[in-house]
Amino acid sequence: MYSDLAFIWAGLIAFAVLTYVVLDGFDLGLGILFPFAKSDHDRDLMMNSVAPVWDGNETWLVLGGGGLFAVFPLAYAIVLPALYIPIIIMLLALVFRGVSFEYRWRTKRWKAVWDFAFFGGSLVAAFSQGIALGALVQGIEVVDRAYAGGWFDWLTPFSVLTGVAVVVGYALLGATWLVLKTEGSLEIQMRRYAYVLGVATLSLIGIVSVFTPFQDPVYFERWFNLPGSLWTMSVPLIMIGLVWTFFRGLNDHRAASPFLSVLGWFIVSFVGIGISFYPMIVPPSLSIWEAAAPESSLAFALVGAVILLPIILGYTAYSYWVFRGKMDPNEGYH
Amino acid sequence: MFENLTAETLARMQFAFTVSFHIIFPAFSIGLASFLAVLNGLWLMTRNKTYLTLFTYWKKIFAVAFGMGVVSGIVMSYQFGTNWSVFSDKAGPVVGPMMAYEVMSAFFLEAGFLGIMLFGRDRVGDRLHMFATLMVAVGTLTSATWILSVNSWMQTPAGYGVNDVGQFIPLDWWEIVFNPSFPYRLVHMVLAAYLTTSLVVGAVGGLHLLRDRTNAEARRMFSMAMWMAAIVTPIQIFAGDAHGLNTLEHQPAKIMAMEGHYDSHPEGAPLILFGIPNSKERTIDYAIEIPKVSSLILHHDLNAPMAGLDTIPDDEEPPVAILFWSFRIMVGLGFAMLGLGVWSLFARWRGTLYDCKWLHRTALLMGPTGFVAVLAGWITTEVGRQPYTVYGLLRTSDSLAPVDAPAVATSLLAFIVVYFFVFGAGTFYILRMMNKPASTAKLGLTDGPIRAVVGAALSLQETPSGADK
Repeated sequence: MYSDLAFIWAGLIAFAVLTYVVLDGFDLGLGILFPFAKSDHDRDLMMNSVAPVWDGNETWLVLGGGGLFAVFPLAYAIVLPALYIPIIIMLLALVFRGVSFEYRWRTKRWKAVWDFAFFGGSLVAAFSQGIALGALVQGIEVVDRAYAGGWFDWLTPFSVLTGVAVVVGYALLGATWLVLKTEGSLEIQMRRYAYVLGVATLSLIGIVSVFTPFQDPVYFERWFNLPGSLWTMSVPLIMIGLVWTFFRGLNDHRAASPFLSVLGWFIVSFVGIGISFYPMIVPPSLSIWEAAAPESSLAFALVGAVILLPIILGYTAYSYWVFRGKMDPNEGYH
Repeated sequence: MFENLTAETLARMQFAFTVSFHIIFPAFSIGLASFLAVLNGLWLMTRNKTYLTLFTYWKKIFAVAFGMGVVSGIVMSYQFGTNWSVFSDKAGPVVGPMMAYEVMSAFFLEAGFLGIMLFGRDRVGDRLHMFATLMVAVGTLTSATWILSVNSWMQTPAGYGVNDVGQFIPLDWWEIVFNPSFPYRLVHMVLAAYLTTSLVVGAVGGLHLLRDRTNAEARRMFSMAMWMAAIVTPIQIFAGDAHGLNTLEHQPAKIMAMEGHYDSHPEGAPLILFGIPNSKERTIDYAIEIPKVSSLILHHDLNAPMAGLDTIPDDEEPPVAILFWSFRIMVGLGFAMLGLGVWSLFARWRGTLYDCKWLHRTALLMGPTGFVAVLAGWITTEVGRQPYTVYGLLRTSDSLAPVDAPAVATSLLAFIVVYFFVFGAGTFYILRMMNKPASTAKLGLTDGPIRAVVGAALSLQETPSGADK
C-alpha cells in the first residue's frame, strides 16, 4: 500500500513535469525565436498565439514543484539547495518572460525592452531547466537528509550540453507550434527553421544519450534490464517513425504533424530519462520510497489529484479548443 | 552590502521581501476578480453599457496585476526549498499536500479560464464568458483558502504527529485544514482583499470625478466602491477583533508584543495608544495609555489580569517594536477606512456623493492604504510567530537550508533589483491606465488589427500619439 502510493505519485509528478516541458516548451521556444521574427507584426502574432494559454502552461511547473513538496518533501529539500543558482536564475528569467506578455502592449517607448525581456527570459529559463536536468542526471550528493555538495557542482560540460539541448529542443517546439498556428511568411520562415532545428535537436538527443551512461554506469544497466529493455528495443523504431512523420509533415506542408512528432520526441526522451532514474528520484542514491511523505500525506493528496487532474485536463483542452486553428491576423477583437 | 549578516538573517530577509511583494498582487486580484464578476453580471442583467465599459477597463488592469502575481508566486513555491529546505523536509508532509490542493483546485482554474475571460467573449458567447469570469473569481478565493490554511497551521498547528526522523506527519486532515486560527485568518484576509480593492477602485473613481463630475463610469465605480468601504470596514474591524481574541488564546506572546505589555498587569492592563518600545529597559517610552482598556477589549472585563512578556522566556519572545508599530499602523488605517465609509454614507444621504471634492480627494489619497494595512497585518502575524516557523515546535533557526551567506546575499540582491525594476514598471503601467478615464478604452478597439490580445482590446489607447506621455 505504502509503496504503491509513492509509485503512483512518482508517476504523477513525472506526468506534471512532462506536461510542463511540452506545454511551456513551445511558449519558451517561440520566445527564443522572437528576435528572428521579420517584423513587429510577426512578433505580435507569435505572442498572441500563446497569450491565452501560457499561464496555464506555466502552472504545471508550480504543480511539479508544489507536488514534489507535498509528496516527496525530502527530494524537494535536497534538489532545490543543490540546484540553488540555476533555480533562482530560472525563476528570475520567468519573471521577465511572464510580465512581458502584458507589459509590451502597455508602452511604445519600452516595447523593445520588453521584447528583449521576453526573448532573454525564455532563453535563460530554458537553459536553466536544461542545466537542472543535466545536474540531476549527474547525481546529487546527499548526506544525512541534506544536500552535501558544493555551490557549483551543477556546472559541468554535461549540464551545459543538456542546457543547450533543451534550448534547441524548445526552439524546435516553438517553431513547429508556429507552423501549426500561423500562415503566410511567418509559417514559411518557421517551417524552414524547423528543418534546421529538427536536425540539431536529433543530434543533441543522440549526443546526450551517448554521454548519459558515463554519468553513472547504472543508467546503462537499467536500460538493458526488464522492463527497461523492452523499451530500449522499441525506442529506435518509435523514433524512426516519429522522425519520418516530422520530415514528411514539413515537406507536405502539414500543419499539425511536425508539432505532434516533436512532442513525441520529447515524450520518448523523457521516458528514457525516467528509465535511467528509476527507482531513484534523486540519483544516485535517494529512492522514491525514501523520499516519499507519510502514507496519510500521499493518500490525502491523491484523492485531490484523482478528482481534480481530469477536470484540469478537461478545461485546459477546452481552452485550447476555443483558441484553436490558424490565427487570423485580420480578425478583430470586437 | 550584506557582509555582516548570517545566512539565516539573509534568508529571512529574502523571504520577507519576496512574500511582501507577492501579497500585494493577490490582495488586489482577489478583490478585483470578484468585482469583475459582479460588473460582468450586472452588464448581462441590465445591458447598461457603463458596466461593460468598467469591466473592460478593470479587466486590463487585472491582467497586468494578475501576471505580476503569477510570476512572483512561482518564486514563492520554490523558495521553500531553496532557502528553507529543513522546514520543507519536516513540515512538507503536512503543508505540502495543502499547497498541492491549492495548485490543483485554484491555480489551474484561474489560469485555465483567464484566457477565456480576457480574450474569449466573442468565441464562447456571453454565458460561457460569464462562467469563465466566475471561475477566475472562485479560483482566487480558493487559492486564498488553501494558503491561509497552510499559514494558519504554521501559527496554530493541530492534527499532527512527529515521526522518527523528525517530520510532522498528518494524523487528522480535518483538524489540520480547519486548525484553530484558520477561520479567523481566512475571513480577515478575504475581507482585507475586498477592502483593498474597493479603496483602489474608489481612488480611481474619485480621481476621475475630480476631473469630471459627470463621468458616468467614474460615478458608478465610486459609488460601488464607497458602498463596499462603508459595509465591509465595520465587519472587518469586528473580524479583526475576533482574530485578536483567537490569537490571545493560542499565541499570547504575540498579543503581548502587539500591545506593548512588557510587564504583567494583575489588575487590568492599559491600552497603549502610542509610545516608543524600549527593548533595553523593557518599557514603552512616552506611552499614551488608557488604563484597563486592553483588558476590556481582550477579556471584556476592566479588571481582568493580563500576563506580560515578563512571563515569556527571552528566547521565545517575538521582536516587540516591529509588532507594536505594524499593529498600530494596521488598526489606524482600519479606522481611517471606517471614517471614509461613514463620510461616504453621509454624503450619499445628503446627495453630494458625486460633488464633494474633499471626499473624492480623501478617497484618492486613501487608494493605497489597503495595501499598507495588508502588509502591516501580515508583518504583525508573521513576525509575531517568531522565533518559530511552526509555532512552538520548529524554530526558524532550525528550518534553514544548508545555504551559505554569500549565495543567499547574491540571490537576495538579484531579487531586489529585478523586483523593483519589473514590478516598478508594472505598477507604473497600472497607474498610467488608471489615470485614463474608463471610457477611453473604446479608442483602443479599432487601432489594433490583432485578434486575441491585448493589441486591440487590452491595450489602452495605444494610438500613435497616445502612449508614453
